[in-house]
Amino acid sequence: MKMDMSQYLDVFLEESKEHLESLNQKLLDWEKNSGDIAALNEIFRAAHTLKGMSSTMGFEDLADLTHHMENILSDLKEGLLEVNPQVVDILFQCFDRLQLIIERIESNGSGEMDNSELIMILESIKGGGFQTTAPAADNGQDLKPEEILTTQHSNTTSFDFNQYDMTVMREAASRNFASIYIRLFVDPGCLMKSVRAFMVFKVLEEDSEIIKSFPPASDIEEGKFSEEIELLVITASSIKELEGRLNAISEIKVREIKEINFASLASGSQQETNGDQISSSQDVLKESKEQKGHKVKQTVRVDIERLDILMNLVGELVMHKGRLEQIGASSKIDELNETIEQIDRISGDLQSVVMKVRMVPVEQVFNRFPRMVRDLAKELNKEVDFLIEGKETELDRTVIDEIGDPLVHLLRNAVDHGVESPQERLKRGKPQKATVILRARHEGNNVYIEVEDDGAGINIKRTLEKAVEKGIISAKEAEVISPEEASQILFSPGFSTTENITDVSGRGVGLDVVKTKIESLSGEIFVDSRPGQGTRFRIKLPLTLAIIQALMISVHDEIYAIPLGSVDETTMIKNEDIKMVQNQEVIVLRGNVLPLFRLASLLEIPGEAAANEEEMYVVIVRKGERQIGLVVDTLIGQQEIVIKSLGKILAGIPGIAGAIVAGDGFVRLIIDIATLF
Amino acid sequence: MDNTVNLQSEEGFTHNDGIQVVAFRLGKEEYAVDILHVQEIVRLLSITRVPRSAKHIEGVVNLRGNIVPIINLHKRFSIESAGEEEDKRIVVFQYDDLKAGIIVDEVSEVLALNNNAIEETDKVYSSMSSDFIKGIARVDDRLFLLLDLQKIIE
Repeated sequence: MKMDMSQYLDVFLEESKEHLESLNQKLLDWEKNSGDIAALNEIFRAAHTLKGMSSTMGFEDLADLTHHMENILSDLKEGLLEVNPQVVDILFQCFDRLQLIIERIESNGSGEMDNSELIMILESIKGGGFQTTAPAADNGQDLKPEEILTTQHSNTTSFDFNQYDMTVMREAASRNFASIYIRLFVDPGCLMKSVRAFMVFKVLEEDSEIIKSFPPASDIEEGKFSEEIELLVITASSIKELEGRLNAISEIKVREIKEINFASLASGSQQETNGDQISSSQDVLKESKEQKGHKVKQTVRVDIERLDILMNLVGELVMHKGRLEQIGASSKIDELNETIEQIDRISGDLQSVVMKVRMVPVEQVFNRFPRMVRDLAKELNKEVDFLIEGKETELDRTVIDEIGDPLVHLLRNAVDHGVESPQERLKRGKPQKATVILRARHEGNNVYIEVEDDGAGINIKRTLEKAVEKGIISAKEAEVISPEEASQILFSPGFSTTENITDVSGRGVGLDVVKTKIESLSGEIFVDSRPGQGTRFRIKLPLTLAIIQALMISVHDEIYAIPLGSVDETTMIKNEDIKMVQNQEVIVLRGNVLPLFRLASLLEIPGEAAANEEEMYVVIVRKGERQIGLVVDTLIGQQEIVIKSLGKILAGIPGIAGAIVAGDGFVRLIIDIATLF
Repeated sequence: MDNTVNLQSEEGFTHNDGIQVVAFRLGKEEYAVDILHVQEIVRLLSITRVPRSAKHIEGVVNLRGNIVPIINLHKRFSIESAGEEEDKRIVVFQYDDLKAGIIVDEVSEVLALNNNAIEETDKVYSSMSSDFIKGIARVDDRLFLLLDLQKIIE
């Protein structure tokens, strides 16, 4: 009978992707530092879990490929196979194939794919004479205990031995019993972990005594452990016997088994002079406990759609709260106003909780880049050190989903156009290896994401030539243009500085697409560059797109909302403060000359201004690095607004970011400073 | 048994022999749209102008928390608005996943149109606005212009 697995498919897909991601990441780590046993172990573990999951789900091709991969990994782990770039490359190729299969399963449910060519390569690089078809999980059994002992670091256990334990072990030693440390791995897919654990105890208690366990025995019996159990037993059997018996239990695998070097422990604690050793073993304990704490953290997977619905509902609530506040203000009933204050507080809390739930670390997007940059650099014969900073920075889910493509573009750009070849770098007296940094950080209500390289920088001269050639600016304009403005040309539609279209970054899409995307997320993008020293792209994004603070203003009979994120300050000026420079109205604010625009004429607002022509309100807004003054009739006040889209029919109007339903039930429009002028 | 037969014959009528339309007035002309696209008919709501939008977009309204764009066909077809302010309505329709409203001078009735009463436009009608007309239906002495909603949204 075939079990219906379809209900687990979603979970399977999601978890497979996570494992793949970790495979890629750890392999990169390991490639950088092949002594990093922890990374290799992690790779092995992820591959093994993936194999188990896929064969349970009946995706045999997936399981088969993973199985062969696992053989190689296990050989690497045991030192039977030398690390070399070919092996790493083939492993990466396998990961790509796994990804492909998983994507296929996602799109049409079938994971069938012929992987024989990869499997052949895997077989051929496998350690000489080790022609086995047995699962890698059993390979450990073939090893002699001595070998295991030598490959493991001594005494890296989660246990802190107290005086009592020492006495017990000493006693045991005197009767020729061995004290053995065992680390067991329980298959994460295992449904009744407590039962497996019970069987472990039963097997061990035949002729041994368990004197310590981590987590504590009571937790293990209740199944409260992640995937590893550590045990300390006193036994008359040999290590090999014990290991064989334990491995015979299904879904249980011995990770590590070794005899406790009793003498060194005893001397350490008895003399209490070797403080280093004690503290270091305590560190290990702490570290492994933290790791475990991280793993068993309780989480729930929630469909993102449900979160969106929740967010919409909170939005409605905030909107109606605004309406209530208006009613409250005009009715002047104390009781009502007190209640409204309560509702205000609760809806505020609710909003921030929902918002937090929607926040995801940028890590999710960033994690796929190291691999991409590595492959790209290899393809282009460049040497690139790729650094990621601030990957724990959180952003709204909706932004995270959209930000990936623009970043891919910028990173490709950096590696392809920004960074020079190693020879050229040496010639210019730079380190041979280039550095590309992807950085995320919080600042106020914004998140900044930067892509920085230490390459050649933007060639302003060539940029201008190209721009003139393509008719983006005239030759005359090119003569007077400032370097900052010149670099902005990069974002013009139809501009690309590479002559040849490579399949790396010249895919017919320019930086203008990146800019459009960022602006559609209510963000901004800037570039600065120093010739010969590098280029930096900076993306500024709002923390969230759903509910923001806005300044409500009125012009004639119309009311608009300006997102507070773009407002620097408001001020009041007199008619005579306005000067004319080159046919443009300007004002001087604390020594700075700012261009002045009248919202009424920008938006062709019909009607007459209020009578008071002497003085006028100016909202100082920020567009990129520039400050601009906007003349309005009145400032109504600050308000929390729920942004709604104007819909497809009215999408893309420059200067309008969306609409809100105001407290009075009227629709008001939100001004988009980035595209207003 | 009888019931089933009845049902079939009714369905047969609507599908094979014609369509149901909502008929309304713009100025003095009578128009109609397929009732399957009409979501609701509401009294005039206060409309917020959208700057920098196309001329025939009157603005947007708040329809129970949803933002709905309002199309002014009077402007599109250069028709003078006529009739009592009191009779004006917004016909809200849904086409594919787009929702929009049309301001009409009066909603007259819901009609069942026989297919053979509908004529193609190019035979009888040719003007600038014919692009937005799918056909013309003749009922007794009255003429109804059937709107092509897809073109109107574009």
